[in-house]
Amino acid sequence: MTFDPILAEIRFGTGLSPRFPLPGQVDDLLIRLSSPDAAGSEMPIPPYSDVTPSSSELRKATADVRNAETEAAREEAVALRKILQDQARRIRHDGLTATLMRAVRSPDGMRERLTAFWADHFTVRARGGVTRHLVGPFVEEAIRPNLTGRFSDLLVAVTTHPMMGYYLDQHRSIGPNSRMGLNNGLGLNENLARELLELHTVGVKGPYSQADVRQLAELLTGLYWRPDRGLVFRTRAAEPGPEQVLGRSYGGEEESLDAIVDVLHDLALHPATARHLATKLVVHFVSDTPDPDLVDAVAAVYLQSGGRLLATYEALLQHPAAWAPERRKVKKPLDFMQSAMRALDVDPASVRDLGGRQMRAWFYEHLRRMGQEWERPLSPEGWPEEPEAWVTPQALAGRIDWSMQVPQHLVEPLPDPRDFLVAAFGPEPPEEVAFAARAAEGRREGIGLVLASAAFQRR
Amino acid sequence: MDRRMFLSRGLALGCSIAASPLITPMAFASAPWDNRLVVILLRGAMDGLDVIRPVGDPAFADLRPGLTAEAPHHALDGFFAMHDGLSALLPLWQAGEMSFVHAVSTPYRDRRSHFDGQDLLEAGIAGLDEGLRDGWLNRMLATVPGLESEIAFAVGRERMLILSGDAPVSSWAPNTRLELSPATERLLEYVQHSDPLFRDASADAIAIAAEVAAGGEMMGERVGRGNSVTMAQFAASRLVGDTRIASFSISGWDTHNRQHRGLPGRLGELSDTILTLKANLGDVWDKTTVVCMTEFGRTARQNGSDGTDHGTGGAMLLAGGAVRGGRVISDWPGLEEGDLYDRRDLMPTRDVRAHAGWLMRGLFGLSTGTIEGAVFPGMEMGTDPGLLL
Repeated sequence: MTFDPILAEIRFGTGLSPRFPLPGQVDDLLIRLSSPDAAGSEMPIPPYSDVTPSSSELRKATADVRNAETEAAREEAVALRKILQDQARRIRHDGLTATLMRAVRSPDGMRERLTAFWADHFTVRARGGVTRHLVGPFVEEAIRPNLTGRFSDLLVAVTTHPMMGYYLDQHRSIGPNSRMGLNNGLGLNENLARELLELHTVGVKGPYSQADVRQLAELLTGLYWRPDRGLVFRTRAAEPGPEQVLGRSYGGEEESLDAIVDVLHDLALHPATARHLATKLVVHFVSDTPDPDLVDAVAAVYLQSGGRLLATYEALLQHPAAWAPERRKVKKPLDFMQSAMRALDVDPASVRDLGGRQMRAWFYEHLRRMGQEWERPLSPEGWPEEPEAWVTPQALAGRIDWSMQVPQHLVEPLPDPRDFLVAAFGPEPPEEVAFAARAAEGRREGIGLVLASAAFQRR
Repeated sequence: MDRRMFLSRGLALGCSIAASPLITPMAFASAPWDNRLVVILLRGAMDGLDVIRPVGDPAFADLRPGLTAEAPHHALDGFFAMHDGLSALLPLWQAGEMSFVHAVSTPYRDRRSHFDGQDLLEAGIAGLDEGLRDGWLNRMLATVPGLESEIAFAVGRERMLILSGDAPVSSWAPNTRLELSPATERLLEYVQHSDPLFRDASADAIAIAAEVAAGGEMMGERVGRGNSVTMAQFAASRLVGDTRIASFSISGWDTHNRQHRGLPGRLGELSDTILTLKANLGDVWDKTTVVCMTEFGRTARQNGSDGTDHGTGGAMLLAGGAVRGGRVISDWPGLEEGDLYDRRDLMPTRDVRAHAGWLMRGLFGLSTGTIEGAVFPGMEMGTDPGLLL
């Protein structure tokens, strides 16, 4: 069980591409990851803070419609709102096509996988129409720049981001003994504190109690966001006095953001967090029943390096168990589309200017049928990992249908299925898939069979 | 309605299996029971105290003044009142076809995580340390030899742990479509044949597609709109045939904020779902029990944002012609601060699994020993709550 260049692209990247040379060794993957984000600059997604329209602009546009005093003013407000809504929809479309095309046109597939991994670890979901187009920009701003640095930086960036705050109700959490709490009878909302412990750091098996959740929720009060200024510390909502989280005391003097950053830094370096993150990485990339030795190795390097993610990935990639030949994972629907389009070497121009109808028919609707509605995970837990969750009759029907129907719209003409075998699998394609590709009734069916095969969908 | 619509998935599967040398054809036997059970999971933690309000408890009014004032209710029995969002179900209550069970929960305590709570509810085990393997409805099926997969349907795109396990069951989601030529279909079977997970799912997908092509779009009555109404239509189309158990879930019950605005829509869709089942089941409704369960209840007090946070004790809703209705079944714990679990949540006084166990005993004739040993290992069923006629 050693490094295998084809497995490297399939298991840790977005699949094989006829466009890029295979990596020669683990270092090649790490060098790509530590280089500038070329795919990000060539196929941009605007960061949250730069998006027009912002959620407050959309909210204001709706208020203007409601408050219009004359019929003419109302019509004007409706027209203006429509322009902004169309812009927002376009941003969401462009985010999906950029996510697909980065995977096709970047030599560094692992960066795309890690972006998706951490975006899933820190799942957010839009709560209503005015933020629906902001999920991708949140990932671009808070997650993608922090893929290879310290986990604590990633954790702080996400936890203090308005998208996470609004998703997990932090803006509604008021210290009961703060000025706002006492004056207005307002209280805590534990949601962010609970998910921070349960999902983002020490994990549900971690050494915390309901009291820790409560104390952390009290500590987080004050975290707030204003449309014009972004993150602010709202002292009048902050619960006074020190809080105890996992046996350590935070805050207590003047309430400020510093205590929140302190607790996030401590949580990031907690041994239970190391174990939780190592297990998640191994489960995501290698197997649902992770090799304990592999998890130990990844968790140990994470702790020794002070939570440095690049070193952590290196520990994963250098371990023999990461290269076990058996392909036990199944690509999630978006990964499946990305790797199919990468093997097909889809031209960015063929998806850049697709209209809403085609985007819906070829991507949104199929992702929904495959069980992974775009940017709409069911819960803060994110998407499931187990193959059984994805390979159900109805979800697999969605993958088969996409494989058979959509590639012909993306690549003109479709390649010969026999040549495509090499693009999809390398020089030694599985025998049964090679047989089907040769025996298929036509190009469309041949390409469809290659993509729909278990061999292509496993990694 | 076209009889072909009910073409057994087992039969459709049989056709494709017959064409495949890779799978041994199985024998088909008819179901051993005539009663029907529909389990609806309310994901997100339904606020039992808001849906079935203990207005007769003197402590209730002070705990959640905002929530109670914002949405009206209907008196049921002098102590409990029903949230107005369920008003479409009042005729069922009056006809004795609906009941509630209050102050119940799974054995899950303290962490109050949706994900763990739902896993435990579906797995039907005492604690997550035992490890998740299968769901309790599946384990129940596994105690009965010779069942075919048509006996139970998991409906919808969402994975239903409650029906996962060793016993074969069927699953289907609305809007599944697949158009393959016969030759492509055979090649597809061939490329999947060495991977059991893909092989079986592909065979099922092809069978479903064939059936949908034969039956056309699903028909039948709809009450209201919404995805769960579609799932109820499909479930009913199976339950009037050979299917005896169906399960699906309705999400959206996690009402941390402005609960009075979010909850009525959920309750309306739940009402429509139950009424759609009734409308499409015809005479079979008399043999049917619908049970709605949720992972836990919510805090006794409203929170700072006109909502409620994750709690412990909650409520179940039962409906159907087989139900002994018109009752709220509860060993009521009271709502004074000292009565609450952890001084914050409704105290659960009984395990939801005991009620589920009594339902299976009454509907399917399972013995207490089987239920306490194989379906809910280690649980004690206790006294008969008399849920069924």
